[in-house]
Amino acid sequence: MLNVGKIEEGFVLDHIKAGKSLDLYDHLQLDKLDCTVAIIKNARSNKMDKKDILKVECSIDMLDLDILAFLDHNITVNVIKDGEIVEKKELILPKRIKNVIKCRNPRCITSIEQGLPHIFFLSDEQKGVYRCKYCEEKYSEPAK
Amino acid sequence: MRHLISPLDFTTEELNQIFDLAASIEQNPQKYAHVCDGKILATCFYEPSTRTRLSFESAMTRLGGQVIGFSDAGSSSASKGESVSDTIRVISCYADICAMRHPKEGAATVASSKSLIPVINAGDGGHQHPTQTLTDLLTIKNLKGRLDNFTIGLCGDLKFGRTVHSLIHALVRYPNIRFLFISPEELRIPDYILEMLKERKIPFEEVIRLEDVLPQLDLLYMTRVQRERFFNEEDYVRLKDFYILTTEKMKLAKEDMLVLHPLPRVNEIDVEVDDDPRAAYFKQAQYGVYVRMALIMTLLELV
Repeated sequence: MLNVGKIEEGFVLDHIKAGKSLDLYDHLQLDKLDCTVAIIKNARSNKMDKKDILKVECSIDMLDLDILAFLDHNITVNVIKDGEIVEKKELILPKRIKNVIKCRNPRCITSIEQGLPHIFFLSDEQKGVYRCKYCEEKYSEPAK
Repeated sequence: MRHLISPLDFTTEELNQIFDLAASIEQNPQKYAHVCDGKILATCFYEPSTRTRLSFESAMTRLGGQVIGFSDAGSSSASKGESVSDTIRVISCYADICAMRHPKEGAATVASSKSLIPVINAGDGGHQHPTQTLTDLLTIKNLKGRLDNFTIGLCGDLKFGRTVHSLIHALVRYPNIRFLFISPEELRIPDYILEMLKERKIPFEEVIRLEDVLPQLDLLYMTRVQRERFFNEEDYVRLKDFYILTTEKMKLAKEDMLVLHPLPRVNEIDVEVDDDPRAAYFKQAQYGVYVRMALIMTLLELV
């Protein structure tokens, strides 16, 4: 069993799908923060069998967590202060996401316009459907 | 400053004001012959167009203004790799208003976000074509006397047909509209439009055969299968002759049904249908000039 110490202030992102923590690390732009980050991969989980965990030691207003709901709404976000969990954040789908996903419509202006941000808006909250701001094409996951 | 990117950028009340102004222009064009003196319209057409571009140019000229622009991407700085954002910033220094057509969807949205002058979307790929929609609405209003209580059949290329997408978005704001989508499987209406109709509880039906629904229609909106929207020539050839409206088929239609078409036509409406009093597509082209005159005046705040 690997032991990773407690953090004093920051976030513990729990119940991340196994193997996805590095994706979250990129999307949250943790590489740009000068803070301690622990990435725990394939931790044992009763609920999920295997899971990833991210521990980020930073001021709690430093991270934009809106994007987490879009990436995986099953993630548990624990807010830590003075070494204790002070809040479990509920993830709500963001109304708008910028430069997280790319429009895959070859006819969209984003396919040729340099420097244009990829912006999607939430068009159907119940189904979690996002559409490109420019061409209105529905976002679909790229084929693996 | 206002732009026209989607037909929904104007409320139905604002659209009515534009239609009233268009009617006034039609009745008394001399009154408006100098309202745009000293104003310049830039027509930035990154893909070929005859009637839309000429319609804009005619509209601005009839208002006393002048026109500059380009009519294909090859003769513009786009061929040197300039972005739409940069182009519109520069055009903003040269003109008072810009009409833009671009093959990429959302190009006019990008332009409007950087522009210092009003931008009119004159067609962005298969996405929207709001001035054609204004033309269509004015034609229906003038020839039918109303914009509600219709069964409208939209026929042909409903997947890439931007005029169809724009018209549907505009018509859903009027009461008691029922849509019949007539297309081959490959050119079905996009799912986001069907989702929007379901959400708004607006009745629609998708069918393949025109003859099956023709007797029900108050309006028939024909479209051309557009070669330029296909990546694959074989698909285009297979689908281009799927629907042809003939005088024989017109016998199935109501006596007061209107046939609309954004033009250009290839062969989807037989030329013999042109003599049928229900054929309204050439009148549409005339209304297109009046409505663009009214739109230019509105966006330049000359009303």
